Amino acid sequence: MMDYNQLLGNLTKDFSGLARVKIAVLGEIPTQHMVKATRSWGYEAGLDLDIFEGAFDKIDQEILDSSSVLYQFKPEFVFIFPSLDKWKERFYSCALSDKAGFSDRFLEQVRMFYEALSKRMPVKLVMANMPGFDDRVFGNYANKTRLSWLYQVRRINVGLMELSQQIPDLFINDIAALNETRGSKELWDVRNDINIHMPYSLDGISVIARNAVDIIQASRGHFKKCLILDLDNTLWGGVVADEGLENIQIGGLGIGKAFSDLQRWVKQLKERGILLAVCSKNDLPVAEEPFLKHPDMILRKEDFVVFMVNWDAKPDNIHLIAQKLNIGFDAMVFVDDSTFERQLVKSHCPGLTVVDMPEDPSEYLGFLQGLNLFETSSYVQEDRDRTQQYQEESSRQQARSLFINQDDFLQNLSMRAVIGTLDTFVVPRAAQLTQRSNQFNLRTVRYSIQDIQRLKDSEDHLHFTVSLKDKFGDYGLIGLVILKKMHPALFIDTWIMSCRVFQRNVEHLMLNEMANLARQNGFDLLVGEYCPTPKNGIVKGLYQQTGFVTDGSQWMLNVSSCKPLNHYITVV
Amino acid sequence: MDQIEILKKLNGIFNQVLHDPAIVLKSETTASDVEGWDSLTHVQLIFAIEKEFKIRFSALEIQQFANVGDICQKIQERQGSRAC
Repeated sequence: MMDYNQLLGNLTKDFSGLARVKIAVLGEIPTQHMVKATRSWGYEAGLDLDIFEGAFDKIDQEILDSSSVLYQFKPEFVFIFPSLDKWKERFYSCALSDKAGFSDRFLEQVRMFYEALSKRMPVKLVMANMPGFDDRVFGNYANKTRLSWLYQVRRINVGLMELSQQIPDLFINDIAALNETRGSKELWDVRNDINIHMPYSLDGISVIARNAVDIIQASRGHFKKCLILDLDNTLWGGVVADEGLENIQIGGLGIGKAFSDLQRWVKQLKERGILLAVCSKNDLPVAEEPFLKHPDMILRKEDFVVFMVNWDAKPDNIHLIAQKLNIGFDAMVFVDDSTFERQLVKSHCPGLTVVDMPEDPSEYLGFLQGLNLFETSSYVQEDRDRTQQYQEESSRQQARSLFINQDDFLQNLSMRAVIGTLDTFVVPRAAQLTQRSNQFNLRTVRYSIQDIQRLKDSEDHLHFTVSLKDKFGDYGLIGLVILKKMHPALFIDTWIMSCRVFQRNVEHLMLNEMANLARQNGFDLLVGEYCPTPKNGIVKGLYQQTGFVTDGSQWMLNVSSCKPLNHYITVV
Repeated sequence: MDQIEILKKLNGIFNQVLHDPAIVLKSETTASDVEGWDSLTHVQLIFAIEKEFKIRFSALEIQQFANVGDICQKIQERQGSRAC
């Protein structure tokens, strides 16, 4: 990782063309170093972070005074860094009778900050938690009494977790976790604390700022969706073709535990919704054998959505994986023990995250975990089913090859759709769709759960969701439309469809429904807008193809004269 | 390493950290002589110096450096004591 001074070299680089995001940084500690590092990491992530830095130790004033500059600035994210020292002093100096409930004071304050902020502007609050340093006043007995600092600081962190589960727009910048994985020697520097009241080392600042940028990126829809793995010496020790099935190191043999632990972790990622793919130079029957026959293998063939095992160049195979899954290189991570393969992939697959694995396999897992590659901003039922859904998709693709005519294929799928309302149960998934979908997304406005909740209850909006099933399986909720009432027109604020249902004419069904809604509610026109991004080229011509006419900037459809568009989906 | 060598290396660090190739350090140079050398960049400078010379200053030393000469001298002391 770059050291702090090297990182700051980014500040003099050209930020033009990078996505601009406004954030505020408020601290009970001096935040100047943090602000510089955050802007620098933003550059690495393709962001031009416009940062408002609050006055030192004036968080209350910035947040509680509605005329403060903070509210004029209107940041999308507010980051708060509390001072561990100050909270510890408050704890030490409070009356004995107040000590047992001390953590509630902290949590109350966070809740109050969030309420004050969200009352005045839509915002995501990112609260830093606190490492549970024990002051050893009680020794190990600290665990047995509520009157210890250790008990209170741990309770603060668990309380923050619970609070952030209640408040969708409250996120936690988990410094306590960083402190445990990186170590307090790397993160803190008591000399900085004494001299300028800034407790972290500059390397610590860099790690924390990067963590903050990870949070921003994930909630802007930039996260990893697929992990591509090599086999020999990556998922097990040894080369199965040379050494034979019974001699590969997995489970009890040699350093097999290192690979078993890695596989266990990868399986957890799969269950969280990360798609797994294999990319290995091997003969397929040989490479498959461990997955089918080895008793100690934790990953099984059905855990993977793609199995690319052949003797072609890896970059070619990775291109194919990207195509099959219909995702970009920037949503993929490649793990391979061979430096040669990694270099090749790096130079041919721009944007792909290629992990420079350590030499020693026993370090693989810790190293991968330390990179925090799989940050996310949501986790819903659909994530758990993601692998299965992609597998159903490949059955569809096989079926499709049997039909010469696309219409015949679509009819044969027996598609059934449910057009639903934005009820409480689908709000998280609807928000996730706005965050994850990059391709069939006309305006690419990202909404948080809180935003969707607001829109759901808004008098000024109409909306619906689409869920789809066919004879191969259930796609779940795959479409979202939000319409803004602007008499006599309905403005298409959001029109999103998951990439898994492209080329099914679902967009026709959605447009017909929009026209119906417009007519039922007394609107004459549908007005749409296409905001180009590097990824939504697929819908560039959508309005034109579906009968809209343009005035140069917006697209319009007269709903009284338009005819329903053709599709093969039964609405149930 | 003698004082002249140390000063030369220090000068490089200052140029880099403060993004100013025009800075020329002398022993008697103080923070007020160098644009951009404030309490914040002081932390960055110390961080870079400690990495470069593989030494560690105490909190008080960091606070009390009055000029570049002080820093040079402390570096030499630390390196000397490590050699022993």
